[in-house]
Amino acid sequence: MSVLAVRSLCKTFDGFRAVNDVSFAVARGEFLAMIGPNGAGKSTCFNMINGQLAPDSGAILFEGQEISGLEARAVWRLGVGRTFQIAATFASMTVIENVQMALISHAGEIYWPWRPARSLHRERALCLLEQVGMHEAADRPCRELAYGDVKRVEFAIALASEPRLLLMDEPTAGMGPGERNELIALVKKLVVERGISVLFTEHSMDVVFAFADRIIVLARGQLIADGTAADIRDNERVRDVYFGSGKTFAGAAP
Amino acid sequence: MLSVENLSAWYDSARILYDLSFNVGRGEVVALMGRNGAGKSTTIKTIMGLIGRRRGTVRFNGEDISRREPYEIARRGLGYAPEDRRIFADLTVMENLDVGRQAPRRFTDGRTLPAWTPQRLFALFPNLAEMPDRLGSRMSGGEQQMLTVARTLMGNPLLVLLDEPSEGVAPLIVEQMANTIIELKKEGLSILLSEQNVHFARLVSDRVYVLEKGHMCWQGSMDALMRDQDVQRAYLTV
Amino acid sequence: MTLSAFFFLILNGLSSASALFFVAVGLSLIFGVSRIINLAHGSFYMLGTYIAYSCATRVGGAFGFWGGILVTALIVGALGALIEIVLLRRIYRAPELFQLLATFALVLVFSDATLYLWGPEDLLGPRAPGLRGAVEILGRHLPSYDLFLAILGPLLLLVLHVTLVRTRFGRLIRAATQDREMVGALGVNQALLFTAVFALGAALAGFGGALQVAREPASLSTDLIAITDAFVVVVVGGMGSITGAYLAAVIIAEVKALCIGLGVVHVGLLSVNFSKFTLVAEFLVMAVVLIVRPFGLLGRMQAAVRTIAEPEDPIRPATPLLKVLGLITLIALACLPLLAHSFPYALILGIDVLIAVIFAASLHFIAGPGGMHSFGHAAYFGLGAYGAALLVKWLALPMGAALLVAPLVALLGALLFGWFSVRLSGIYLAMLTLAFAQIVWAVVFQWEELTGGSNGVIGIWPPPPFDQAWVYFLLCLVLAVIAVLVLRRVLFSPLGYAMRAGRDSELRAEAIGIDVKRVHWLAFVIAGAVCGVAGGLFTFAKGSISPEVIHLNHSIDGLIMVLLGGIQTLTGPIVGASLFAVLQDMVMRDSEYWRALLGGIILLLVLAFPQGIVGALARLFDRARAP
Repeated sequence: MSVLAVRSLCKTFDGFRAVNDVSFAVARGEFLAMIGPNGAGKSTCFNMINGQLAPDSGAILFEGQEISGLEARAVWRLGVGRTFQIAATFASMTVIENVQMALISHAGEIYWPWRPARSLHRERALCLLEQVGMHEAADRPCRELAYGDVKRVEFAIALASEPRLLLMDEPTAGMGPGERNELIALVKKLVVERGISVLFTEHSMDVVFAFADRIIVLARGQLIADGTAADIRDNERVRDVYFGSGKTFAGAAP
Repeated sequence: MLSVENLSAWYDSARILYDLSFNVGRGEVVALMGRNGAGKSTTIKTIMGLIGRRRGTVRFNGEDISRREPYEIARRGLGYAPEDRRIFADLTVMENLDVGRQAPRRFTDGRTLPAWTPQRLFALFPNLAEMPDRLGSRMSGGEQQMLTVARTLMGNPLLVLLDEPSEGVAPLIVEQMANTIIELKKEGLSILLSEQNVHFARLVSDRVYVLEKGHMCWQGSMDALMRDQDVQRAYLTV
Repeated sequence: MTLSAFFFLILNGLSSASALFFVAVGLSLIFGVSRIINLAHGSFYMLGTYIAYSCATRVGGAFGFWGGILVTALIVGALGALIEIVLLRRIYRAPELFQLLATFALVLVFSDATLYLWGPEDLLGPRAPGLRGAVEILGRHLPSYDLFLAILGPLLLLVLHVTLVRTRFGRLIRAATQDREMVGALGVNQALLFTAVFALGAALAGFGGALQVAREPASLSTDLIAITDAFVVVVVGGMGSITGAYLAAVIIAEVKALCIGLGVVHVGLLSVNFSKFTLVAEFLVMAVVLIVRPFGLLGRMQAAVRTIAEPEDPIRPATPLLKVLGLITLIALACLPLLAHSFPYALILGIDVLIAVIFAASLHFIAGPGGMHSFGHAAYFGLGAYGAALLVKWLALPMGAALLVAPLVALLGALLFGWFSVRLSGIYLAMLTLAFAQIVWAVVFQWEELTGGSNGVIGIWPPPPFDQAWVYFLLCLVLAVIAVLVLRRVLFSPLGYAMRAGRDSELRAEAIGIDVKRVHWLAFVIAGAVCGVAGGLFTFAKGSISPEVIHLNHSIDGLIMVLLGGIQTLTGPIVGASLFAVLQDMVMRDSEYWRALLGGIILLLVLAFPQGIVGALARLFDRARAP
């Protein structure tokens, strides 16, 4: 059974069809990339899956359960983690407190008004930070971190709730080529270990071709291709609307 | 045309740039390369006068502009297209272009470039021509990227500072951006761009400066960089 | 009411709408570009009336009146430019609330400057030359001047609208609204642009005030009334939307006009005096609009404005040094009653300080770590105070019970108002909290049978042994310490962290399952309840209570205390409240022009300690320790 199944999803903004009849599924343990030109509807799709937007029509099933229209919190509680295109962390907290917040929330202790938060789940938070290589920065203010490191912390936050599906919106945006590959390699290693499925969008074709198990392509709100890296690379339609000649990235260069 | 000597810059008390010296000639496309956080964007912002604490001289057409306000620098013919685009979301495409408008200007030798008009820019960016009245907030990332460059060109700059033009946009747009840069070079403009994508930089640049942690650590022609696998591995992690 | 009477009311309302629009439109412009909440805008308006009065009476004639209005606009505009250059330029990068403090200081200074120049009496200006008569409409007489104003409003709207949309100046203003730095990098002298916009906004306020000279007397109380009206209009219309501002002005003016026109209405056995609603009409309208449309009538969700304020440091448990300092302070305070004989006044002041500390600490709790800048915190102070006072008066409850009920009453109020308020953010939240506070104030003010109206409730003295100042002081001390420690404890708990998480990044907080609205609501209620304690103590300390404690002034006092100490620090509100209470007491007693003095001191502090006093001290300390 697929972890996530999206069926005939549609969303219109002011008469503009942002997402038009999109259907796809993510299998258990799959690393699925969603690519497409800017404005193709990738973010809208993402936001409908994670509960930030309600779809106009269509179904979103997570482990067989209908989740479309649920609030972001509820979707998260069911086991869907996420990271943002522009990393979002709590700037006034330390690195470890950021992770602790996710653990506290996961344990249902958010409304505790008395016990100091910094003593809760510290061990587990350290352990998560160690896995993403950030344990040495645990007690530094999050806002001091370099952008690549913030992304790692964000990943640790996403793992804290032990999700079964992870939505990553351009996980490597704003990073250099080297950091990019390192981060995705780390993500892939950790999710494979845990059996987490991942749906991610990405503009770096090097990353997509090297790591994705399968690729789906969106253009003008519609799904135009679905297949392995090789299939997509040779797909003329995708080339026309998205890759161009392929001169600007390594993976498809002749 | 642009010559930078011993440029240093700080954010609060943290030093970001260490005595950088480099230059950009007329009609030249020069790339600043290096990893994330190497100081490429900071260099560009410092030249533009956007970093408060800075030291060193920046000469543009022979004049020291290192103590000038950003608007004064822009009025001398330096155009700035920021990496995060910063288009005006509540303004339409045409209005965005109008905000960037400045009088035509000439080079020091008296030669002028043809003034940019929305019509000429639409020829350069056909996507924008389809949406003159679209609000910035309703544009896709790729379209915004084009508008950022177009808006800068409306100021009729002699030299354009392009901060990461290929970042976060689809490969097809990256390719269009590369073609645009080549077009602009043909017009006689100089361009200083910061870039991480070697494939992109290779298509457009004549010369390269490589930064690492705020220091200049390599300089040479694009061809020399492509031959030097060691430098690529050490500083660009391709 | 007949149909013709109704139409006449509507027409009359339109002239008031224009007046409202004149005050609000400049504020909207200035906020749009500079993001500065210019509290002194009402003062510009007031100055406009006074200057126009002087022109009209000194020069006289049609020239003195009409020319005076134009001259007034120019003078006030120049004053605005001066203030922008001298003061505001230095604080564009300061946190939003700090800018507010600075502009409030200007209010105080202008208020006293006006008092000095024109004296305390209301000044009635001449009627407008050429428009003294009345026009007969529907068989009634409408003053020509009112008709003139009713037409002038939409005309100004049209001119401004065209300017903003069609001219390059307008486009630059709109662009600078979103990203001033980028506008500069595109070759626009943004400093000049800002000065121009500020001057224009101030000139519009002066113009609006000047036009009033023929309708209402120039009065020293106009500044706060005008600024409140202006805020309501701007917020109801939607920040930055000038058309929205006019629409809002019309709605509010018409609602008020209808309330007056309806008078006392008998519905069956019930008789409702609608004219009593005029005081709250605008706030009711605002509350309703904000609940239905969180960004105002024509406002849109604010496109993310690039924030330049500094992010905050992580909170840390108290260092041993701080604990020792706290303990020493506490012991020193506990010993204060020993001085009772030589300095009896010290205890009275001490009680004021302790009540202020509770008030400020509870406000800081939501305004600082919670990021909810409440402009109506005095409501919960007032609810606590009146709750206690009325129980004693009507039910003859003992003081202990009254002090217990005080926070409960405030809690109930916060439960209701908070539910709506936390749904908004930023300036909209600030204005909704203000609206609720004004509603509470108006109810208390007008429900004379229950609350004693403007006279308030008197004779609420504490029973022995608390009638001795030193005993009551110790009671306040104990409650203040408990309040501060409880708030602090909560801040360090998961709930307090979740509150900050929701402030730092609502997106991220929701994505890890935090119900930000509910957390903030809970925090709002906690802060309200604690504030109620302060209100209860205040009642018995003074022996009486009047609607003044719920007034906007008191809410702003609270914000000043918080900001003086430093909003980003946990000890800040305590220091700020103490200093403010002492300062207010000393300055107020010794000078006729205490407002100007207080304003001057605030300005000095703003320019010298942009992080607040404790923030500045912490920085010094850090720097001293750094290698």
